[in-house]
Parts: sequence; structure tokens; C-alpha cells
Amino acid sequence: MNDFFRLESLVMQFGGLTAVKDFSLSIEPGELVGLIGPNGAGKTTVFNMITGFLTPTSGRVLWQGEDITGLSVHQITARGIARTFQNIRLFSDMTVLENVMVSFHHKVRSRFWKAMLGLPSHGKEERRIRQESYRFLQELNLGHLADEKAGNLAYGQQRRLEIARALATYPKLLLLDEPAAGMNPQETMELADLVLEIRQKHALTIFLIEHDMKFVMGLCERIKVLDYGISIAEGTPEEIQSNPDVIKAYLGEPKHA
Amino acid sequence: MTWKGKDMDTSKRNLYCNLAALCLLAVVLYLFDQYGTEYQIRILNNMAVFITLAVSYNLVNGMCGLLHLGPNAFITIGAYTSALLTMSPMEKQMSFIIEPLIWPFSVLQAPFFVSLIAGGVMATIFAFIISFPVFRVRGDYLAIVTLGFGEVIRVLCNALQGVTNGPLGLKGLQPYTNLWWSWGIAVFTIIVITKLVNSSYGRAMKAIREDEIAAKAMGVDPFRHLMLAFLVSAFFCGVAGGLMAHLITTISPTLFTFFLTFNLLIIIVVGGLGSTTGAVIGAALFAWGGEALRVVESPMNFGAFTIPGIPGMRMVLFSVILMVVIIFARRGIMGRNEFSWNWLFTKLGLNAK
Amino acid sequence: MSATIFFQQLSNGISLGSLYALVAIGYTMVYGILRLINFAHGDLLMVASYTAIYAVTMFSLPWYLSFPLAIALTGCIGILMDKVAYKPLRDAPRISLLISAIGASFLLENLALVIIGGIPKGFPRPEIFAKVIEILGVRVQVLTIYIPIMTLVFLMALLYIVYRTKVGKAMRAASKDIETTRLMGINVDRIIALTFLMGSSLAAAGGIMWALKYPQVNPFMGVIPGLKAFIAAVLGGIGDIIGAVVGGFVLGLGEILLVAFFPELAQYRDAFAFVLLILVLLFRPTGIMGEPITDKT
Repeated sequence: MNDFFRLESLVMQFGGLTAVKDFSLSIEPGELVGLIGPNGAGKTTVFNMITGFLTPTSGRVLWQGEDITGLSVHQITARGIARTFQNIRLFSDMTVLENVMVSFHHKVRSRFWKAMLGLPSHGKEERRIRQESYRFLQELNLGHLADEKAGNLAYGQQRRLEIARALATYPKLLLLDEPAAGMNPQETMELADLVLEIRQKHALTIFLIEHDMKFVMGLCERIKVLDYGISIAEGTPEEIQSNPDVIKAYLGEPKHA
Repeated sequence: MTWKGKDMDTSKRNLYCNLAALCLLAVVLYLFDQYGTEYQIRILNNMAVFITLAVSYNLVNGMCGLLHLGPNAFITIGAYTSALLTMSPMEKQMSFIIEPLIWPFSVLQAPFFVSLIAGGVMATIFAFIISFPVFRVRGDYLAIVTLGFGEVIRVLCNALQGVTNGPLGLKGLQPYTNLWWSWGIAVFTIIVITKLVNSSYGRAMKAIREDEIAAKAMGVDPFRHLMLAFLVSAFFCGVAGGLMAHLITTISPTLFTFFLTFNLLIIIVVGGLGSTTGAVIGAALFAWGGEALRVVESPMNFGAFTIPGIPGMRMVLFSVILMVVIIFARRGIMGRNEFSWNWLFTKLGLNAK
Repeated sequence: MSATIFFQQLSNGISLGSLYALVAIGYTMVYGILRLINFAHGDLLMVASYTAIYAVTMFSLPWYLSFPLAIALTGCIGILMDKVAYKPLRDAPRISLLISAIGASFLLENLALVIIGGIPKGFPRPEIFAKVIEILGVRVQVLTIYIPIMTLVFLMALLYIVYRTKVGKAMRAASKDIETTRLMGINVDRIIALTFLMGSSLAAAGGIMWALKYPQVNPFMGVIPGLKAFIAAVLGGIGDIIGAVVGGFVLGLGEILLVAFFPELAQYRDAFAFVLLILVLLFRPTGIMGEPITDKT
């Protein structure tokens, strides 16, 4: 048992419906773990419980030795867990650069009244944030679009901006919710390289949901499989591929079809 | 390429331009102060008060994307607080004939400036208290709850005769509000709110407006930032309430109904929700146009026959304008764009590349 | 307080509650489908009352013709309101829709002011509603009895339409998920128009009975009852027809009994509804019997 990141028998019920049942998982620093499962298996619900959008009905989320269950979303982000969204959620009427700058806000030191009076200390901080945000954009190949409205970007660029924005919160654990959704094979391959690159560069631990099996199998070191809210398998890509339960869940028995 | 270089080039020029614009405004105000008619001065004063109100109201509705319908509550509180502080104990004793004014208002008296600040502070305190129920909800509910607080304040104004003198209101206030006060505060409000909007805090507010869920995930605490906008807005609305009281010199609960909120809403919608420049333009148009439109309510002479004035016609026009703008030109005059010297210089072809 | 006065107040509360309920149903139905607080809904009370007045005084129609006529006309104005103020904004941000609603409300009020003038008009009260009868030693206006009965009749008719007819099924489907309903091949625009027609007609019925009870009609008479009826709808859990009725009764009874038991609070009566609303939002954001209203993630 490690102290880095651990989920202890998470349960999420909505009314009478159990979306996730008894979900446990432990991730080591630097690992790249995938979460797969058919549609509606409860994968995003797991992410929502980790990031504080949902408070689990029971169970605990442990992060670097602290119980963060029930903390609010922004507190969890401030502790070093960032996420992207399955359906892109950019601040579409703000510029690409501003989108990234928002992520720095929770670390801003100068108080609001300093900002209102335009004191130099705030201006200095503002310029630093601008510089650093721009660096993130360059890293994700979006530098030339800095002053563009985020809503005007092409789909693939929006996906990358989501990652840039999440990185700018300086997370230790990054949750990617279907990062390859809607991408063509070429883009998906580039994304896989990008994920490995940012993990290396920012010393990240990555936990991702993805439907593209080739992507997941090629990228993740360990995979967890959810079906109907129940965790049915965990192991290396090879183990998962040959697991009869997983095959059944995906190919489906007649009752699922 | 870095951002720093570009900033430095223009920031000095912008500073000079701003100073020049301020001087120009001062000259214009001086000229009106000396040679303007009473009517012109009244319109200019109204304009400045409405600019202060609209710019601070827009901070909540335009920048944060909430539909807050209770600024009239803050204006009321500011107006009464400020008025009670500038009246002398003697005047107060004479005005409060139904029920005597409660202590400490009965003995306190303060200079105009202090009374304005006090008005702002009282409005802010009230905003702080109500922000807890208000920000539990969003959307239509927030609209109706803020509207409700506006109504509650109006009811209290009528009922708490020991503080507000009830429906009789406060009369005979000193006309302290002159062009220098009203425009000074309007300019200060514009500067401070623009700084706030362009800061990291303002960015967080806009992020909440664009997508509250994503903003939270990026570490922004919605409650804290919405409250910040709400309180700042309340403060300036309170101050503007004080200005208004000492401009009209008579205040009563009927002055601060939902009607006032409706006017502010038209101003910021027509100007462009989310644009401070738009709020200023909208307020100026309203103060000037509102006076000009009085024509439609006064009797008209067509040589041989006369059409009697029609009360309510102005509001019909205003309602139609509001609906037409929101249905056909939702972005208003400015959209979410702001005036900037860069834009002006580029337009004039003066921008050095 | 004597038992007689108590029963008098109780019957007053029930009839006021029924009026709130009638108006609240319209709010709840429109909100259910469009997720919009139709700010102008309250003003339909005023529209119906004036229409009824003119039908009686100018066209000398008997009340049993002019009242239904006023109800039908107000229903049509409800549809018109949707077509003009809300339909062009179906895909717009919610805030635009709400602003348009506020505009529509002010437009109706001020149009009435311009056309009719601000001086309150007396409402022609037919003889049969003005009678006072004695039940168990308590003297009550027959009107206080008729109002809840009429409300019950309207409510039954409405519930029949919503739960027993095909159209009603489509309305319920649209309030669950308007897009899916559209995809099922149902003409959603027709359903919305019908919702406005029904909601507005009920508001009109409420307005006429309001005017019978408080026979002073002016351009702004619908504002406060409208707001309170909306609050009643929230109390009952918005989107829920039965909830709106329950909320209406809670609010009506609460207001009347508050003033009856604490006469010194009479001047705060208009604030009571809002305080109740704020308390409900703080402690039971689901309303008395409805779904949660706080935004879900």
C-alpha cells in the first residue's frame, strides 16, 4: 500500500441506482493507468468522485496521505489533481492564452484590492503568469493561437488546449477523460506521444479513460476495467486482453446486446 | 516573441492618452459648471450617476454572467445611509414626525464624502449577508431571490419608520452632488472596475461565466469570486445611491423600486452585457435619451390641435427597445469588446508596427 | 381570537391560496418545458381583468359570456407572448430569455397604462358573487366559497388533460427532455403554444377571480400576485403541477394567518413570501415536494 494515491471502496448511488460499486485502486507515482469499460459503466463517475464533483456515498479518496473525500473541486485542484473533460469545456469566449491563465489564479498571491488599485506587485505577478502560460501553449503547439478566441479553435487544438489548461494548474496527478475522443488515427498517435512527453517533462502520474483500445493498450502500464459500476479486472494490457470477463463485457452476452 | 516587449511599448502611450482624456473631461466639466444651463448640468450629473451604477451592475451581470435583479436594494441603502448622515440632528428631528429617528442616526452627522463611503459600506455589509442564500442558487432562481431582496428592502423602507421616516421619505437634503463629485466618482469607479476585470480576479469571474464547472476544475472557487464581484458592485451602487440622494434632495421608497433595476438592465443590455465601455455608452445614452424622450409624455402641439401627454409612453418605448435588442441584436452596441487606445490608433492608422 | 374570526380568516386564506395556485400552475408548466420564469405571467391577471371589464361595460355582455371570453383572449395573448418574446430566443443563453421576459412584462404593464390610464377601475361584480351567506354561524362571502370550488374544477380539467390525453403525454415528455421529444416526431412548438394557452387561461381565470375579490383593477395589479405565485411554484417544487397547488395554499394561508395572528406584522406582509422563498432555498432547495433546483454538475 502506497501513500501517493488510493481509492478505497468508493460507492456512488443516485437515488436507488448504484453507478459505481466498491471501487478500489492504488496508483504509484509516475504510473500511467487506464480505466476502460463499456458506455455507462461509471468511468466518468469515478473521475467525478476523485475531483470532488461528486461526493461518494461511501468510501475514501486518499491523496498524499490526506483524506480528500468531500473536499470541494477547487480545493482538490489546488492539492495537485487536475482533469480534462470528455466533452470539451473551454472558456470559449476568452482567448487561448486567458484560458491557460485562469489555471494560475488559485496560486495568485496579491489580494484583490491590490489588483483593483493597480499596484505594481500585482502587475508583476500578472506578467509572470502571462509568460508562463505562454510557455504551456508553446509546449502544446498552440503558441501561434494565443490571442485567438478558444471557441474558434479546431477540434484537435481544443483538446490540446484542455490539456494545456490542466497542466497549468501544476498537477502531480492528471486525469484525462477520453482525450482521444473524436480524433483520427494520426491525431491519436500524436496524442499518445504527447501524453508520454508531458508525463516525462512534468513528472506526472496519469490516470485516463479511453475507448480507443489501441491507444490504451499501447500507452498504459496498468488497466482497470469497469462494467456496470463494478470493477471486473485489473492488470497489464496483456492480462486484460486475455481476460475472459473483459471479453465478455465488451463483446457482450446476448442480454447486453 | 514575448509579451513583455509589446506591453511596454504601448503602456506608456496609453498612460499619456488616459491622462489627456481626463484633462479633456475636466475642461468640459469646468465649462459646463461655469456656463452650462441647469438642465444641462442635471443631465450630466444623471449621466455620471448612471455610469457609476451601470458599470458596477455590469460587473455582476456582464462579467460573471449572473442575472442579479436587486441593485435597487443597494442603491436604497446607500441613499438612506448617506442622507441620514448629512442631515443635521435638528433637521432630522423635524422630519421624523411620525416616529422619532433611532439612535445613533439621530445624533450623527458627517461630511458628504464620509457619508458616501458609509453608504457604500452599509450596502456592502448587506450584500455580504445576503450573498450566502443568493449564491446557493444560479440562473432564474438567483434572479428571483435578488429581486426578492430588493422587494424586502422596499417593504422595510416603508415599515421601519424610525429609520427611514416611512413613505414620507427624507426631504430637504443639501444638494451636495455637483459635477465634480458625480464625475469624479464615475471615473474612479470605471478605473477600479476595469483594473479588477483585467486582473487575475476578473479572469476568474469570466471563467465562471463561461463554464462554472471547468472554472472549478481549474482551481477557481466560484463562491469567493462571485461574492467579490457582488460586494464590489454593491459598494459602488451604495455610493451612487448617496450621490443620487444629494442630487434629487428628496428620497422616498417609491424612488427605488424594481423600476430602477429595470432601467439599469436596459442600459447594460443595450451597451453590451460584459463590456464596461458598453455600460458607459448605455448609461450616457439613457441619461440623455431618457430626457429627450420626455417629449413623448408631454402634450404635443400640432398647430391647430394638441395631443395630451401620455404617461407610460417612455416605458413602452424602453421595453420595446430592450426586447428588440435582446432578440435581434443580443450583443448590444459593444458586445463584450472594450474601447482601447490601441484599437483607436489602429483605426486611425497611427499604430506603429 | 374567536373561532368565528378564525374560520373567516381560514376561508380567506383558502381562497387566496387557490388564486395563487391557479397562477402558479402557469409558471410551473412553462418552467417545466422552457426552463424559463415567465416574468410576464403575472401581468396576464391584469390583461384578463381589463378584458372582462370591457366585455361587460362596453359590449354589455353578461358575465357568464364575458368571463370565458376574457379567459380565451388572455390564453391567446399568452401564445402571442411566446411567439414574440420567447420563440426567437429558443437557442439563446438563458439570461437573454429572462431579460426578454422582463421586457415583455414591462411592455404589457405600460401598454395598459398608455391605453387605459393609471387610475384604478372598479370591477363590475355580478350580484351572485357579492352575496354574503352564513355557514355554521360564520358569515362569509359566497365568493370565498366559489373561488376554491372553481379552482378545483379547473385543476381537475387540467390534470385530466395532462395525465389522460395524448397531448398531455406529449407535454409531459417535452418537460422531461424537449430535444428527444422533438426527435420522436412530436411538434414541440405546438406543445409549447398549448402550454402557454393553458397556463395563461388559468392565470386569466385567477385574474378574474382576483378582481372579483379585490375589485380594483390597475395596470400593475398583476405584479405582486405574479411574484407570489411564482414563489408558490418554487415552494411546491417547480415543474410539478400538484406542487404548485400545494405551494399556493401554503403561501395563501400563511400570509392570511400571519396577519391574523400578528396584526402588527401586517405591513411586512409583502415581504413574507420572499422570506419564505429564501428560507426554502436555504434549507430545502427541492421545494416541498419537487426535484432539486440547484444546478447539477
